[in-house]
Amino acid sequence: MLDQKQHVNLPQGSIEKTTTTLNLGPTHPATHGVFQNILEIDGERIVSAESTVGYIHRAFEKIAERRPYYQITPLTDRLNYCSSPINNMGWHLTVEKLLGIEVPKRVDYLRVIIMELARIADHLICNAVMGVDTGALTGFVYLMTYRELIYEIYEEICGSRLTTNIGRVGGFERNFTPAAWQKIHRFLDEYPKALKEFETLLTRNRIFIERTQGVGGIDAKRAMSYGFTGPNLRAAGVDYDVRVASPYSSYQDFDFTVPIGSTGDCYDRYLVRNAEMWESISIIRQAVEKLKDLPDDVYHAKVPEFYLPPKQDVYTKMEALIYHFKIVMGETDIVPGEVYNSVEGANGELGFYLISDGGRSPYRLHFRRPCFIYYQAYAELVQGAMISDAIICMSSLNLIAGELDA
Amino acid sequence: MSLTNERIQQRLTEKFGDVVTGFEEPYGMLTFTAQRDSNLKVMQFLFDDEELRFQFLTDITAVHYPERKNEELAVIYHLHNFVDNVRIRMKVFAPVAAPKVFTATSLFLSANWMERETYDFFGVDFVGHPNLKRILNVEEMTYFPMRKEFPLEDSMRTDKDDEMFGRGGNI
Repeated sequence: MLDQKQHVNLPQGSIEKTTTTLNLGPTHPATHGVFQNILEIDGERIVSAESTVGYIHRAFEKIAERRPYYQITPLTDRLNYCSSPINNMGWHLTVEKLLGIEVPKRVDYLRVIIMELARIADHLICNAVMGVDTGALTGFVYLMTYRELIYEIYEEICGSRLTTNIGRVGGFERNFTPAAWQKIHRFLDEYPKALKEFETLLTRNRIFIERTQGVGGIDAKRAMSYGFTGPNLRAAGVDYDVRVASPYSSYQDFDFTVPIGSTGDCYDRYLVRNAEMWESISIIRQAVEKLKDLPDDVYHAKVPEFYLPPKQDVYTKMEALIYHFKIVMGETDIVPGEVYNSVEGANGELGFYLISDGGRSPYRLHFRRPCFIYYQAYAELVQGAMISDAIICMSSLNLIAGELDA
Repeated sequence: MSLTNERIQQRLTEKFGDVVTGFEEPYGMLTFTAQRDSNLKVMQFLFDDEELRFQFLTDITAVHYPERKNEELAVIYHLHNFVDNVRIRMKVFAPVAAPKVFTATSLFLSANWMERETYDFFGVDFVGHPNLKRILNVEEMTYFPMRKEFPLEDSMRTDKDDEMFGRGGNI
């Protein structure tokens, strides 16, 4: 027998209410991550949405205040885990800017190769998943092969695949192996064909166009006000790209275009990402070409105060042992100062605001996470749309839960 | 002609006088401090002025300096002018006892969540914010965890029993 009270204990106004409240997420398989949206729906049309974030908040900014600089790199891996090398290198570039370290050209170009591979890996997942959400699984399964190949390249260079911890302050921990070069060349040979085929599957596909065009659109002015950056801002028609606006890691040496859209809807975002993948392929090719003229044994800057010496030297050479000890025990002098440095992450401007007071760890480190900032526009983008449009809109924004919650 | 840091500083001091102080250029980015009650006026001027055009809000965050009396919390704004590609940094200092700072949500829609995050971790009370509640932490939380009075756990402590978690113990 049920308790009578349960039947009368309804919230105020819930009987007169004409809309339904629906929890989309946090563990809904279609949201690709821990996202919760409390939707107020009228039939299948969304009246209003409220986003709840913070499900996987791990307090990285606080943890970073206790860690030495080189131990913060693994924290940045876990922000945007679809393109961790960009985060790692963004962090290294920030520390190098603070310390005034100049890295050799070859390191810059090697970094560019890795960062562009990471951008491709991130964009291909985002676009392939948009296909999945519109009902086309083929493209996803097909392109996944090439993300696998990119992960194998990471593995060849740094030993890990998803959370890469790639590189060090000052360069890389080891040189690219012949196997890594072979895989990079294989990727450059095979991926363009696959991408071309992927485009023929979706770009002019009637169903895909009907599902994405005019969905989740935003105009340039509003996108700027909402703090959009990266492909989402460019899809709205603003040609802002950190690689061009404030070049880092010798991006000024490369010739590439910044693709832009016009309506800022899901279809434009898809097109911009696809076009960027083609640009990234071209940048990698240029980098490989430029590397031919440079000595092939340079892979880090000569900064023994900050760059850990090879382990075999630590056991046999006195200087290496001293530097190893100084770095690990935090005896190296770090200049006090404050610096903001940003890189073009796969989904927007990834910024690092670092304040050093001279100690072995930062006094304050703040990550400008692009998708945390533009996710607040989601409620507006899906207002008046169908539930199924809300799903596509979310995947087209390229939201990464790890980055959103830091 | 592109906008130089000297020109921005000149325009700001012409308009606001003593309200904006402490100009410096760490790593090339013009940094200055605005008085707490006029942060919004300064940002509005930077936004509207035909020459300055700082119409993109890159970031809002805060820093806690416990040793600075009556200005323990610094709210930091990073603004960006897309046309001339110039960035500036504005700081506003507030006492930790009553950290009231005017909200920037009327100027930038993106300020909404950034200010909620700053409130969540530092307790900066953004006056006029439409929905100032915690965003990443749980709503029942009663303290502001990024302040310096909450140190991280000492990694060398020995009194904790981690045996159940696969760390420590006698192995």
